[in-house]
Amino acid sequence: MSVDMLLSQIFNGLSLFTILALMAIGLAIVFGLMGVINMAHGELMAMGAYMTYLTSVIFSRWLPGVMGASFLVGIVVAFLTTAAFGLLLETVMIRHLYKRPLDTLLATWGVSLILQQVFRQVFGPINVSVPTASWLQGAWSPMPGLDLPLARVFIIALTLAVALGVYLFLFKSRWGLRIRSVMQNRAMAGAAGINTARVDAVTFAVGCGLAGVAGSALTMIASTGPATGQQYIVDAFIVVVFGGVESLIGTFVSAFMIGQMQSLFEMPFSGSMAKAAILLLVIVALYFRPSGLFSIKVRR
Amino acid sequence: MTKTRRDFIKTSLAVAVASAMPAGLLSSTSFAAASDPVKVGILHSLTGSIAIAEVGVADAEKLAIEEINAAGGVLGRQIEVVQEDGASDNPVFAEKAQKLLVSDKVAAVFGCYTSASRKAVLPVFERYKGLLYYPTHDEGLEFSNNIMYTGADAVQSAIPAIQWLAENKGKTFFLIGSDFIYPRTTNRIARPTIAKLGGTVVGEDYFPLGSTEFSSVINKIKAAKPDAILSTIVGDSNVSFYKQLNSAGITGDNQAILALAVSEEEAIGIGRENLVGVHSCMGYFQSIDSPENQKFVAAFKARYGADRVLGDTMAAAYASVFLWKLAVEKAGSFDVPQVVAASSNLEYTAPEGQVRLHASNHRLWKHARIGKFKPDGQIDILFESPLIEPNPFPKL
Repeated sequence: MSVDMLLSQIFNGLSLFTILALMAIGLAIVFGLMGVINMAHGELMAMGAYMTYLTSVIFSRWLPGVMGASFLVGIVVAFLTTAAFGLLLETVMIRHLYKRPLDTLLATWGVSLILQQVFRQVFGPINVSVPTASWLQGAWSPMPGLDLPLARVFIIALTLAVALGVYLFLFKSRWGLRIRSVMQNRAMAGAAGINTARVDAVTFAVGCGLAGVAGSALTMIASTGPATGQQYIVDAFIVVVFGGVESLIGTFVSAFMIGQMQSLFEMPFSGSMAKAAILLLVIVALYFRPSGLFSIKVRR
Repeated sequence: MTKTRRDFIKTSLAVAVASAMPAGLLSSTSFAAASDPVKVGILHSLTGSIAIAEVGVADAEKLAIEEINAAGGVLGRQIEVVQEDGASDNPVFAEKAQKLLVSDKVAAVFGCYTSASRKAVLPVFERYKGLLYYPTHDEGLEFSNNIMYTGADAVQSAIPAIQWLAENKGKTFFLIGSDFIYPRTTNRIARPTIAKLGGTVVGEDYFPLGSTEFSSVINKIKAAKPDAILSTIVGDSNVSFYKQLNSAGITGDNQAILALAVSEEEAIGIGRENLVGVHSCMGYFQSIDSPENQKFVAAFKARYGADRVLGDTMAAAYASVFLWKLAVEKAGSFDVPQVVAASSNLEYTAPEGQVRLHASNHRLWKHARIGKFKPDGQIDILFESPLIEPNPFPKL
């Protein structure tokens, strides 16, 4: 294997890591912090992708001069729409099911099926194509033989920005303080005057909004169709479970390991064998560490 | 355990019902009085992941049926459509096929898209003596007395595509496909074909259906520098594959890429800009310049909207309905064995040109066409073969 080949595989692994992390971070918040198994996470990503598509259609029709900005606006629109939808979902449904995790699983799965069919009715069964902004097309070549696609470089930057944002939100803001206190001890936090119902709603909405951002970014490398969400949901869950459900750091470490291993395995093996090998490793790892790579040590 | 028992009860009930019926009910006399409409089934996925491809196919079949009804029907009887949703789920396909044959008693079914769904319904059609028209190009290696295969087989797509690439683009090939029966079988046929032409395979890779990560194989392609990439990737993965190829600097303009499973309709979802210069090999392209095709395209757009795009499977599905009508008229009966017998050597001028059902193997003599995607998502046809004899079991 030549040096530039190795370098571009390392870059691919890095890119895959950020894609997986971006997909999983919203789920890690909803699943990890709140304990809600949100099977509609993939469809929320698809919703974000469709919002990006709508934004690009609106821009190309009424604001063709600033088409380059449509993608950035699309990300913001995707975040706001999916977060708003998450807020609605929490208020109408999830709120009443906190004590019944298995029912949440079924109910959110139902939501995912409904959303898929809604996408099919509204946008048609055929995939839509979100044009990649011209400044994100092509590749950056730091050295001959090594081409780093700009879309992937952008996703790396976006994931870093999202990770930083989540960190600041959870650990440096008042809201984050409330969220963490509610997650640690709900009754105590309530007694201290925190509106726990509102904290739940906001946490869920933020998790959903992040799914929207991920879906928006993934329009650059994958399809946007009614069934798009199904392609992501399994990967997102694997990353979160492998990393340890209650740990955001675990989600990132797990995404990094899976991303690098996959791009490494794909060199000697075929794509589907590499995927199978990853799944096997994850199963073995979970056998020895049932609560994931990073588990919080608590006395139960 | 309960599941097995329930299945057993279901099956035995079905058998009991079927055997309790007078023998005549299952044959031609069951099709009521001559003035009643004759029922046919349409069985495609309207929901689920494969709906993307199948909805248009069902639309084409309904258009053909409407045209036949407007012209007076078949043997003086109007056609009544019973449509069922296979829901992209193979067991559902089998269940719905049984419903169409046993409780609706349809004269023929137009349906299925994936080989897997066809294999799921095959035993049902053989058991209840039904007749299925299957429109998708497939890997061959199958024959059933109760199925008419109106799409191309490997001899009519992969092999002419490889010959054309070897003549025009070069002799080193990189094979890439989704990981299921069609790509693997196609490439099993492709390898000896390439060897026979003096070419070599410099890489072969498969990805799970729905896979969205192709960066590693793109690196492999860059290292192997093949003269041509032969792709049997299907469905949504194509979007990721072409987008990622393009952003890595590999485009249809600087690398010969031939897709065996990308029609004009799928080009919309992949993004037309990502496909410019990519080759496709199909029996039918919307851009075929013939009066039959112009009529078909105009009728389809008038019925379903001017922005709709047609593809190979849709054209084959449309032709299937007419092939059934012609066979019924030749047989003078809706009885399945008689229709099958009448189908042998049946000729018809389809949108794709003159086609003929084979004397014995239930497939069509077809043209293979190779073309290049233009920026508008339509195909610039570069090559058209003479009629090729279908052969689902090629000797290699």
